[in-house]
Amino acid sequence: MSLLEINDLRIALNGEHDKQVVKGLNLSIEPGQTMCLVGESGSGKSLTALAAMGLLPPVLKPISGTINLKGEDMLKASASRMRELRAVSMSMIFQEPMTALNPVARVGQQIEEVLEFHSSMSKSARAKRAKEMMEAVHLPDVDKMYRSFPHQLSGGQRQRIMIAMALVMRPQLLIADEPTTALDVTTQAQILSLIRELREDQGAAVLFITHDMGVVSEIADDVTVLKLGEVMETQSVDNLLRHPQTDYTRDLLQSVPSQVPRLARAQTSDNIVLATQDLNKTYGGGGWFSRGREVKAAQDVSIHLNKGRTLGIVGESGSGKTTVARCIMRLIDPTSGKVMVDGTDIATMSQKELKPHRKDIQIVFQDPMRSLNPRIEVGQSIIEGPLNFGTPRHEALARARELLELVGLPASAVDRFPHQFSGGQRQRIAIARALAMDPDVLVADEAVSALDVSVQAQVLDLLAELQERLGLGILFITHDLGVAAQICDDVLVMQYGQVVEYGPAAQVLGAPKQDYTKALIAAAPGRHWDFANFRPFAEMAD
Amino acid sequence: MVLYIVQRILAAIPVMGFVALFVFLLLRLTPGDPAAIIAGDTATPDQLDAIRESLGLNEPLFVQFFSWIGQLLQGDFGTSILSGKPVLELIADRMEPTISLALTTIILSVLIAVPLGVIAAWKQGTLIDRFVMLLSVLGFSVPVFVIGYLMISAFSMQLGWFPVQGFKPLGEGVGQFFHRIALPTFTLTLLYIALIARITRTSMLEILGDDYVRTARAKGLPERKVLMRHALRNCSVPIITVIGIGFALIISGVVVTESVFNLPGLGRLTVDAVLSRDYPVIQAVILLASLIYVVINLLIDIAYVLLDPRIRYA
Repeated sequence: MSLLEINDLRIALNGEHDKQVVKGLNLSIEPGQTMCLVGESGSGKSLTALAAMGLLPPVLKPISGTINLKGEDMLKASASRMRELRAVSMSMIFQEPMTALNPVARVGQQIEEVLEFHSSMSKSARAKRAKEMMEAVHLPDVDKMYRSFPHQLSGGQRQRIMIAMALVMRPQLLIADEPTTALDVTTQAQILSLIRELREDQGAAVLFITHDMGVVSEIADDVTVLKLGEVMETQSVDNLLRHPQTDYTRDLLQSVPSQVPRLARAQTSDNIVLATQDLNKTYGGGGWFSRGREVKAAQDVSIHLNKGRTLGIVGESGSGKTTVARCIMRLIDPTSGKVMVDGTDIATMSQKELKPHRKDIQIVFQDPMRSLNPRIEVGQSIIEGPLNFGTPRHEALARARELLELVGLPASAVDRFPHQFSGGQRQRIAIARALAMDPDVLVADEAVSALDVSVQAQVLDLLAELQERLGLGILFITHDLGVAAQICDDVLVMQYGQVVEYGPAAQVLGAPKQDYTKALIAAAPGRHWDFANFRPFAEMAD
Repeated sequence: MVLYIVQRILAAIPVMGFVALFVFLLLRLTPGDPAAIIAGDTATPDQLDAIRESLGLNEPLFVQFFSWIGQLLQGDFGTSILSGKPVLELIADRMEPTISLALTTIILSVLIAVPLGVIAAWKQGTLIDRFVMLLSVLGFSVPVFVIGYLMISAFSMQLGWFPVQGFKPLGEGVGQFFHRIALPTFTLTLLYIALIARITRTSMLEILGDDYVRTARAKGLPERKVLMRHALRNCSVPIITVIGIGFALIISGVVVTESVFNLPGLGRLTVDAVLSRDYPVIQAVILLASLIYVVINLLIDIAYVLLDPRIRYA
C-alpha cells in the first residue's frame, strides 16, 4: 500500500464546479520515496499539499477525490483527527522561514510544543528531545539557541528549526513546500542535504514542492509535473530530465538558464556609460547616544560598463550588491568614491544638480507586484518621468504606446491598471517605464527573480533584444548564477561588501580563481545538468 | 533596561516643562478675570485691585510663571482661589473616585472585549462576529450620558438594584464600594469594550493570516492554543496601546459620567475650576493629566519590550 495516495483530487474556489484550481490530480508516494511536485505559479502544487494537511484556506474547497494517508481519507477525517495526525504522521515545512515561526516565542519552545500535544513526555524530557532534534539538524550551540527568538537566527537556521519541529515526532511523510526558495544557494545546498540525510535516518517519505528544476535534479526520486491544476506527467527524475513526454515539460526544461557562461560579445563601443571608483558605503556608526555597529556594506567597489554591454553583480544576501546598485542610482548616498555616469561624477551632487542626470540611468526592481503604483494607469506611470522633464503630455503618451509595443504589450495597455496584468507583463511595463526616459544605463535589481522560469526566459530575451536595438548598458544584479551566466558579458562577485572576483563572465563563472566563487558555483543546484539539451554535462563531450 | 527607563524619565522632563508653560499661557491669555469672580458683581475697582494684589495677578507674566514653577518644585501647588484650600489636598480628595472608576472600567472592558474580539476574528463573517461589530458601533455612537440615564432608569429606578448616585470609598467596605461604582462602570465600559474589541478583532484578523499561525496549525495544536498562544500574543502590542490610552483618557476626564452619577472625581473638579477661573486648580489638574499620560506611555513602551522580543529599547 502506498503511504500517500491521491486520487482524482479536485479543489475549487468557493466549491464551485466551474472554478477548479486543481483538476483531477492523481499522485502516490511510497514509504521512503522523495516525490517532487513541480510547476509554475498557479499550478496547484501548494494547494495539493495544503489539502493533504487539511490546511486549505476556507475559500478553497476539495469537491471530489480522496487523499489516503496509510489508507485513511484525509478529506473525510474530522478536525480533531486531523490535529492528531499532523506532526505525528505527516508534517509540513514552508517556503518562508522568516515568517513561518512565531516571532514572540522562543524557538526551543516552538519545537517542544509539538511534543506537549502529541506525547505524554514530561517537560524536562520534552526539552531534552527538542534539543536532540536541534542537534540532529546540525544547529550549533543548542543550549543557547534553544532560548533564542526567531529574529536572532539566520534564514538557514530558522529553516533548520522548522525541519526539527516537523520531524520531532518522526512522521512518515514530510511535505516541504519550496523550503529552499527563500534561501541563498549555499544555504540551500545545506538544507537539501539535510533533508536527504534525515530522510535516510528516519525513513520518511518526502513530498517536495518546487519550481526549480535544479533543485529537482538534486533531490527527487520521481517527479510529477503540474500545469494549471493538471498533471502533465509523472516519471523518475532521470527519465524526466532526459525524455520529457510533454511539450510543457520540454519548454520548462529549456527555459532553465544554463550554468555555462556565454562568451562575451565583441565590444562594439569604447564609450563607458557607467563607472565607479572605490565606491564605499558604510551604514550605522554611533550617533550621540547609540553605540551602533558600523556595517561596511560596500567597500572599494570599482566597475566600468561600456555601451551595449551587460555587467552582472552576483552575490548572496548581505553581499552588498543592492547597496552598490542604490548608490549608483543615488537612491542612497555613497560614503566615499565616485560614480561616473557618462563621464560625470554624480556621487556628491545635490538633488538639484542630480536631476538632469537622473534620466540617464534608470532602474527596474525585483517585485513587479509592488513596484508599480496600483492606483495609477500604466500609461500615467510610464509618462510621469518624461512629463517631469518637460515632454508635452500627448508626445509622452504617444511614446508610451510605442514603448509598450516594444516590450511586447498592446498599445492599449496605457489605459489599464497594474492589477490587470500578470507578473511577467508587469515587469515588461516596469521596463517600458524605465526606457521612457531614454536612459544610457539600465539597472536591473533582481529583475527576474520573482518570475516563473518560462516568464523569466522571456524577460531576459526582451532585455537582450532591447539592448541590441538601443545600445543600453545593463547593470544586472542577481543571486542566480544561471541567469548571470546567460545574460552577462562581465561578472563581479561580491561577499560581505567586498569584491571577490571581477572579470569576463566566461572566466569568472567558467574558471573561477577565488574559493568563494568556486563554492557558489558548486552550491548551485542542478549544475551537472544541461537541462535545455536533456542530458548531463558529463555526456556532452561525446 | 534600567538605563532605558532612566533615559525615558529624563526625556519626560522637558515635555513636562513645555506643558507647564503652555498651560500657564493658555489660561493667562484667555479672557476672564478671577478677581472679578471672587469679588462678585458689586465690587469696586479698588476691591478688585486688592484681590489681584493678594493673588499675585498684577505681577508681570514671567514673574508669575517662575514663582509658580518654583513653588511646584517644592511640592506647593498653591491654594485654590475659590475655596482657599490647598490645591494638592483638593486633588487628593478627588483622586480615589476617578482612579477607582478607571480601574474597574478598564479591567471589566478588557475581560469582556479581548475574548469578544478574538472570537469575532476567529469566526469572521458569522453571526457572532456581526453581533460584536454591532455592539462596537453602538458603543461608539450612543453618547455616554444616554447610556448612563438608561442604566439609572432601568437598574436603579425600575429594578432598584443599584443606588442612583454617589460614591463610597473602598475603605468603607468592599460591598458598598462595588455596589456604588457598578453603574458608572457599566456605563463607561460599553465605550471601552467597543474600542478594545474592535482593535483586538482587527489585529487578530491580520495575524490569523500570518504564516506562523499556519505553522501552529500544521503542528496539530488545538485551536485554542493557536489563538491564544500564537495569535493573541502577537496582537498584544496594539491592544496594550489602546488599553493604556483608554486608561489615561478616563483618569484625565470622565466629566459626563461623573456628573451623571454625581461622583466627586477629578473630572468634576476640573469643570468647576474652569467655570470659576480657578487658575491654580486648572493648572495642577492639567499638569497631573499630562504626567499621567507620560507615565502611561512609559509603561506602554516597557510593556512592548516585554511582550515582543524584536523591539529593543534603544
